[in-house]
Amino acid sequence: MSLQSRRLPADEIYRGLLLAAATSVFLVVALIVFEAARGAGLSIRTFGFGFLTGTDWDPVADHYGALPYIYGTVVTSAIALILAVPVGIGSAVFLAELAHRRVGSAVSFVMELLAAIPSIVYGIWGFFVLAPFLRGAIEPWLIQHFGFLPLFRGAPFGIGILNAGIILAIMIVPTIISISREVLLATPQSLREASLALGATRAEAIGVTLGAARPGILGSVILALGRALGETMAVTMVIGNTNRITGSILDPGATMASVIANEFTEATGTLYLSALIEIALVLFAVTIVVNAIARVLVYWATGGKREAVA
Amino acid sequence: MKMKTILNLMGRAATPVVLVASMAMLSASFGCAWADVKLTGAGATFPYPLYSKWFDMYNKKTGVEINYQSIGSGGGIQQVKAGTVDFGASDAPLTNARLKEMPRNVIHFPTVAGAVVLAYNLPSVKEPIQLTPDAVTGIYLGKITMWNDKRIVAANPGVALPGAPILPVHRSDGSGTTYIFVSYLSAVSREWKDLVGANTSVSWPVGIGGKGNEGVAGLIRQTPNSIGYVELAYAKQNNFTVARVQNSSGKFIEPSLASTTAAAAGAAAALAKDVRTPIVNSPAPDAYPIAGLTYLLVYQEQKDDAKARALRDFIAWANTEGQEVAETLDYARLPEPVVQVNEANLMKLTVRGKPIVASK
Repeated sequence: MSLQSRRLPADEIYRGLLLAAATSVFLVVALIVFEAARGAGLSIRTFGFGFLTGTDWDPVADHYGALPYIYGTVVTSAIALILAVPVGIGSAVFLAELAHRRVGSAVSFVMELLAAIPSIVYGIWGFFVLAPFLRGAIEPWLIQHFGFLPLFRGAPFGIGILNAGIILAIMIVPTIISISREVLLATPQSLREASLALGATRAEAIGVTLGAARPGILGSVILALGRALGETMAVTMVIGNTNRITGSILDPGATMASVIANEFTEATGTLYLSALIEIALVLFAVTIVVNAIARVLVYWATGGKREAVA
Repeated sequence: MKMKTILNLMGRAATPVVLVASMAMLSASFGCAWADVKLTGAGATFPYPLYSKWFDMYNKKTGVEINYQSIGSGGGIQQVKAGTVDFGASDAPLTNARLKEMPRNVIHFPTVAGAVVLAYNLPSVKEPIQLTPDAVTGIYLGKITMWNDKRIVAANPGVALPGAPILPVHRSDGSGTTYIFVSYLSAVSREWKDLVGANTSVSWPVGIGGKGNEGVAGLIRQTPNSIGYVELAYAKQNNFTVARVQNSSGKFIEPSLASTTAAAAGAAAALAKDVRTPIVNSPAPDAYPIAGLTYLLVYQEQKDDAKARALRDFIAWANTEGQEVAETLDYARLPEPVVQVNEANLMKLTVRGKPIVASK
């Protein structure tokens, strides 16, 4: 009796503390949005919707349009997804369905290690290893065989949108693998057993499991996309940083995150600063939407069992 | 590179001459009434290695502690405007419009000069190449695209320039280095001025961008047939081959500390009128044309007696004794006429409307 009455207030305090911790996250997000919106006010009033469609980013004339950066962000993320999704889902299926459980655990441990590498390390690798390789081998080959497509036109610099996309792909693969694997493992064993019992081959049984896990896998892809959209340091180092839209993935470009990283410290005009903050606001909005969609999909896929997402 | 500079700093601080000198200064400053004054500053990263050396030396000499955050010129200007620091530092002087935005009148004090050099990667060319202003603007406007263009070849008799496309490299981050470089292009080319202009970042017509001096240097090192601009100090410390650039007298000048100081000296008359005048394309015959000054930004009207005196004394020291240290860290010293302009401007500082009382 006395034990119980003493435990109760402790529980209440604990509960209160956790609640405060949880709400503080919302508070921080709200503050970020508020501050960014306030900082971007001048730019929003000056350029209006034209900010999103303008291609001219000219600090000298104090005229700003964010389209080259939006374009760069979208294209690099798209390349990253095209490269990372097949590899990521393929390894996740192998780890969840075919590999021995112990192998699966070992590989996901390495994956988590890969996810923990600081992005500047990826950037340095992209700059010193991947860029010379792209310049010397891959890009000349692409130009020779696919140069008739505007997508592969230009000179082989090694630095540019393609390099940034590849680096991003390497950075987001761990996210896709580890979440997809968890989602696949969370699908009921009875599904596989039932398919096999009905005479399905191994591949067909995997197809059934994949079908059941599809929303969750989609969620992992969208979470990965969220990381690709916001990645700053590695991209800044390898993308070449120009604000031109050329349509070729071999040309240099820039992303929303990279232009902020590049220009924020030395931005010396009020409107200039405001325009950079508006880019941050746009990026923030895109990231929040992407992450929200991912959450919903993963929740749906796991039937509300949040443990499965880890 | 930063690490290297810091090591250099430490190495130099330990030389017996400096040690003895600073100890002598330390003993001389005993009994100083404002020994515990603290000043804060923020801004440019380009002069930071020198400033930290200066602040350390000055602290040992007088006991005045100066804290400096090298957050970038833009941030420094913001903080001066907000009044959260005692002085700011910027590689690009404030424009008239920006000066008007400031709550009170701001005086610019140039501290040292820097040069921007063109480094390149031409594996087959051994001798240093020479570039005319037309060649430099042509390359960065995208009008000269091949190394064997006749506008480059004409200035390099006997040099076998390859028939390869030029890859121009520029800074992707906003920087004082970019400001000096594009100020130069604006000064020598009407077309550049109209099309692109000058600022700490610009909308580049061609080329690719690297972040920081090390980013640009890395791109040049890696990419054959590239050319890019970096700070003189950075190029010297990393042994880059750099181009000689033709100055306004028609001479091809090798960038050096002496030819940078000469550029500031050549612009002395204009600097005396307005210390913010760019010193690019200096009329002096031995001047390297792509040079600039870096500034401290100080409110003319100061609020705090002790701080005002300490700040004024520090600038006076940096203007004279401080200049002796500058060259050991690869910054070009101010020429005598600019030192005198600074001295005259120091007299204009006031506290509550009155000139600052001499402390010595």
